[in-house]
Amino acid sequence: MWQGLYQELKDRNFMVIAIALDSCGADAVRQWIRATEPPPPPMLELMGWGERERAAASAPTYPCLIDEKHVVAELYNIVNVPMAVWIDERGHIVRPAESAGACDAFRKLNLADFSIPPDAAAQAKAARTSYFDAIRDWVINGGKSAYALPDNEARGRVAGLSEQDARANTLFRLGQYLFAQGHREDALQYLGEARRLRPDSWAIARQSWEIEEAGKASGPDFWTAVQALGDRPYYPPAKL
Amino acid sequence: MSVTILYERGEYSAADARGEGDDLWLGLGDLRAATGWELKSEGACLGERCVPIPPGRDAEFVRDGGRRFNLAAFARLLGNPIAHDDRHGVWAFGEAPAARNQALRSLDAPDFTLPDLDGRMHSLAGYRGMKRILMAWASW
Repeated sequence: MWQGLYQELKDRNFMVIAIALDSCGADAVRQWIRATEPPPPPMLELMGWGERERAAASAPTYPCLIDEKHVVAELYNIVNVPMAVWIDERGHIVRPAESAGACDAFRKLNLADFSIPPDAAAQAKAARTSYFDAIRDWVINGGKSAYALPDNEARGRVAGLSEQDARANTLFRLGQYLFAQGHREDALQYLGEARRLRPDSWAIARQSWEIEEAGKASGPDFWTAVQALGDRPYYPPAKL
Repeated sequence: MSVTILYERGEYSAADARGEGDDLWLGLGDLRAATGWELKSEGACLGERCVPIPPGRDAEFVRDGGRRFNLAAFARLLGNPIAHDDRHGVWAFGEAPAARNQALRSLDAPDFTLPDLDGRMHSLAGYRGMKRILMAWASW
């Protein structure tokens, strides 16, 4: 889906840099990056793909990087996926980390038969379309675009880290390292502690679940945690 | 005993370091190699920046005639979070939240270097001069 947008804008000095936050590295992401088929229809609908995106779907030609240690998540305070940061030609952030065209429509998915109510599909499509339109506007109009935030606004939107968040990140790093060294059981203890300390980081929660057991990141624990949000969003909508 | 030190983005194996409870004592060579900090007469220094050892608390930070330094005590002084696993001798030092928040609010995009599927390295700075969208996703 991003490939279509990239293809459209790439001659305007624009680059998409995809970062896969994946402790299991290249093997975990290869089949997604080099996919020969688009995702199944229900997933496409939840991701807000329209005809335009489907028609332009192809393997990415922009760089797809693999971040086993979640370095970029820590540097930019990214707590969920997909989230994106806009960086201008000078290396200045014009939009800090925010939901990248995703919305909470997926919460209306009927888990019994994976059907999607029409209003949820429409909501997903609207979120996707408005986000991509904002990118187009910025790429064409640069600093004059209303979507390139003035510094004080961008700064105001930076979600700061608390002491507890920073401690959770450190435990996550220790857990990740032990996991990479093959000390899985010990790793899980630190990863679980990180998850408890920083429940608002879905990147920490879902990655640590996935390390515990393949598929757990989108299993019953995940859905229970999403339901526990109540009225709070899973994807805070990007304020465009 | 060998201790693995995870400090900022780096990983370093200190051959002669010793974890004692919540303290981590290491030689000055290991200190410098693992963290970049050096012990000088002004205190602990990283480049131009020097942090004096708090008066009257020398023993907490330095021992063996100035040959060993307690990195954990120093991290606490700087507000860096610490997590350690004694079974495997691994110490992780995180970034102080105040420092990260200041960096985030500077709106300067921090650089990083990561591999693609073919193992080719890319850095953010390599795409300088372009408008860039950093898009985080995951397989999970």
